[in-house]
Amino acid sequence: MDMSDIQVIRQHLIDPEICIRCNTCEATCPVAAITHDSRNYVVDAETCNGCMACISPCPTGSIDNWRVMPRARAYSVDEQLGWDELPAELSEDELAAAGVSAAASLPPAPEVVTLPAAFEGGETFQSAQYGATVPPWSAAHAYTNLYGGKASKSATTARATVTGNLRATEVGRDYDTHHIVLDFGTVPFPVLEGQSIGIVPPGVDASGRPHHARQYSVASARNGERAGYNNLSLTIKRVLEDHQGNAVRGVASNYMCDLQIGDTVEVIGPFGNSFLMPNHPRSHIVMICTGTGSAPMRAMTEWRRRLRKSGKFESGKLMLFFGARTREELPYFGPLVNLPKDFIDVNLAFSRTPGQPRRYVQDAMRERAADLAALLADTNSHFYVCGLKSMEEGVVLALRDIAVQAGMDWDKLGADLKQQGRLHLETY
Amino acid sequence: MNGINYSDKIPNNVNLSEDRTLQRALEQWQPNYLSWWNDMGPDGSQDFDIYLRTAISVDPQGWAHFGHVKMPDYRWGIFLNPAEANRKIHFGDHKGEDVWQEIPGEYRANLRRIIVTQGDTEPASVEQQRHLGLTAPSMYDLRNLFQVNVEEGRHLWAMVYLLHKYFGRDGREEGEALLERRSGQEDNPRILQAFNEQTPDWLSFFMFTYFTDRDGKFQLCALAESSFDPLARTTKFMLTEEAHHMFVGESGVSRVIQRTCQVMNELKTDDPAKLRAAGVIDLPTIQRYLNFHYSVTIDLFGADESSNAATFYSTGLKGRYEEGKRTDDHVLKNQTYKVLQAVGGKLVEKEVPMLNALNEVLRDDYIKDSVAGVERWNKVIEKAGIPFRLKVPHKAFHRNIGALAGVKVSPEGRVIPDAEWRDYVDQWLPTPGDRAFVAGLMGRVVEPGKFANWIAPPVMGINRQPVDFEYVRFN
Repeated sequence: MDMSDIQVIRQHLIDPEICIRCNTCEATCPVAAITHDSRNYVVDAETCNGCMACISPCPTGSIDNWRVMPRARAYSVDEQLGWDELPAELSEDELAAAGVSAAASLPPAPEVVTLPAAFEGGETFQSAQYGATVPPWSAAHAYTNLYGGKASKSATTARATVTGNLRATEVGRDYDTHHIVLDFGTVPFPVLEGQSIGIVPPGVDASGRPHHARQYSVASARNGERAGYNNLSLTIKRVLEDHQGNAVRGVASNYMCDLQIGDTVEVIGPFGNSFLMPNHPRSHIVMICTGTGSAPMRAMTEWRRRLRKSGKFESGKLMLFFGARTREELPYFGPLVNLPKDFIDVNLAFSRTPGQPRRYVQDAMRERAADLAALLADTNSHFYVCGLKSMEEGVVLALRDIAVQAGMDWDKLGADLKQQGRLHLETY
Repeated sequence: MNGINYSDKIPNNVNLSEDRTLQRALEQWQPNYLSWWNDMGPDGSQDFDIYLRTAISVDPQGWAHFGHVKMPDYRWGIFLNPAEANRKIHFGDHKGEDVWQEIPGEYRANLRRIIVTQGDTEPASVEQQRHLGLTAPSMYDLRNLFQVNVEEGRHLWAMVYLLHKYFGRDGREEGEALLERRSGQEDNPRILQAFNEQTPDWLSFFMFTYFTDRDGKFQLCALAESSFDPLARTTKFMLTEEAHHMFVGESGVSRVIQRTCQVMNELKTDDPAKLRAAGVIDLPTIQRYLNFHYSVTIDLFGADESSNAATFYSTGLKGRYEEGKRTDDHVLKNQTYKVLQAVGGKLVEKEVPMLNALNEVLRDDYIKDSVAGVERWNKVIEKAGIPFRLKVPHKAFHRNIGALAGVKVSPEGRVIPDAEWRDYVDQWLPTPGDRAFVAGLMGRVVEPGKFANWIAPPVMGINRQPVDFEYVRFN
């Protein structure tokens, strides 16, 4: 996404009630975006590039404030210098009045580049900080924000027709995952493996507002679910309970899982420009996922499979760690086990197989430490993690331990993986 | 002595692993330092796991690494800000020449004195604060205290590095002496008087970190201009850590005020007796603590007329605060500055050569900076709708150093007879009764997320952690 295309920004602000005017941020800022008078320290929105270098040095935390603003209405330096306290967030109505629709997609919140210290004990390990925000060097160019909202090329949404809706798991009582195919006809909607799209469920919510769009990862390769067609697939699990286990029927997932062939859906996106696969010869892909987190892995695997079939790709290794509660709940189990062993190295982990000890993806990873260590040592290797938030820390810790046991310096390796776009975390 | 794993245990950017001389010096010193830390560091806390920030390099990504560590295992590193290529001396008689990477022989004694004086304050404040952990108002505050303590420890390392690296045998001896003096000890006290006072309670601690550590900030800023490049780079990096100490002080006092105002509004009273009965610190008492710490701290800048200050400046050892941002000739030979003196029962300004008044210049810069924070405290009071304002006393109030030493001056700046001083001093400075009351409030509160009654919780935790995070694990 070209920065000049963004009309909505997350404006970086300093809280004047908490700031102690120590000047550390101004001294740290590499682009001189921070200035002060005798009253306040402020950030010039025109200059700030969101590099986050000022965040961890700030002793107070006052530096870490962000406001969603239409670019044209960003608070000026002069305005900020006069503040005694931060202004409230603009409400949805105020944003809408400024021409920003609720569906507009924002630039992602920038992340602090700091890596956590590797102290003994590990309880303070913050896995999210290792996730890259840049794609691998050989990624293809991703188109983003083509449809829906002010940040997009077109304020209108796209419509797609349902051309397939299949169960991707065995039939079970408390789980139901669908493989849904959407066809865009003549509407240009280019996507890459690892990108996602937004589905806007029809109707309004309890308070009469249109539903928010829900984001789903694309499960198909760049040239279509069926090669050569303008279609894509999604992997959607019917939500029947919330995170606490209370019975809740998810609006969007139930809408999607109940779609009939021929129905049309409202789509925005595409989204995502870093969780993208490498395309250079002999690039390795290690995929670690649970449940519907398999969607982008299916997409990448399928694109590599098509390339291999065409004979045009000097293949790198594919290694998959895939977890689910049981074998029956694992999406795409059948097709997966039929893939040739010399094409992909599949490792499954089931956490709720009756009579078996619980086994998670990170356990499977530790069993394969020798192979993973070799991959970690190779700059052609790229790691992708997708699934439930709770897996993320265990997975990144497993990678760290494997690296350390193999004598690698994790502080350096972790930083390299992040900076070179070789470790991608997408958890929810 | 199988010594130290240099790259790992002492994070540094001074190429320690290849500097055999420095290694040998530090190998001698390090065990003594640890033994000093165990004897004089935070009382009974050496086994706690504390959520501390450790600097492992000087770039923005490197110097704020957080994790639970035991204080004796803290990685006290040695860091210099990155060198500036072709940096030139920018003030004094050597203006325009290249900065020094080694010490010119003629300035050796003065530089050693400057470094030792600065270095001596670092372990001193650890000693002054060593019992405070026993009465922490919260786990969050306990962690902040320990963070301040380990960073003072690191600042000692920074100064000892300079002594070891550039001063040979004398430097090593001074390094040892820094571990031998003791705050408040009669036969071997710390060099500066403010660092021999006790820090008996947490209000004193917050006032100390706000006012006295701010003196540290201004001294470091002045040294960061030094022509001796390693000193300039060392102190520049120390300033990033010093900012945390300012924060602990400013936010600490602010939270005390916030809590008091809250109770004042709940009880609809400004009667100190009722507020004290409700277990909070009344605003007049806070004002008296402020008067004390402010006046004791501005003494630290030294005599208002000082030939040493002139020498340090002209020879390029110590600049002014933000020297680089000033637009005069940076030599100051023909300029003057106004200092105060008491003549015939009145304070009058006297014009003196600016070079001799550089202590006063730094003191005035400090005062401006201090006042700004006090105004932010007033915002808290204002927000609570209470008609009370804190203010810093006149700079001639309660002075013990310089031309104003011993002159009796009211907080408003009126020279007064001794009798009047005696009548009013209890309204101006903390009385033994005030101190006893504040001391009586101190009780240990260390359950995560709980706070003593006399202080409000902070608005946010450390490093984006929640306020009720387990900042300290007692083992």
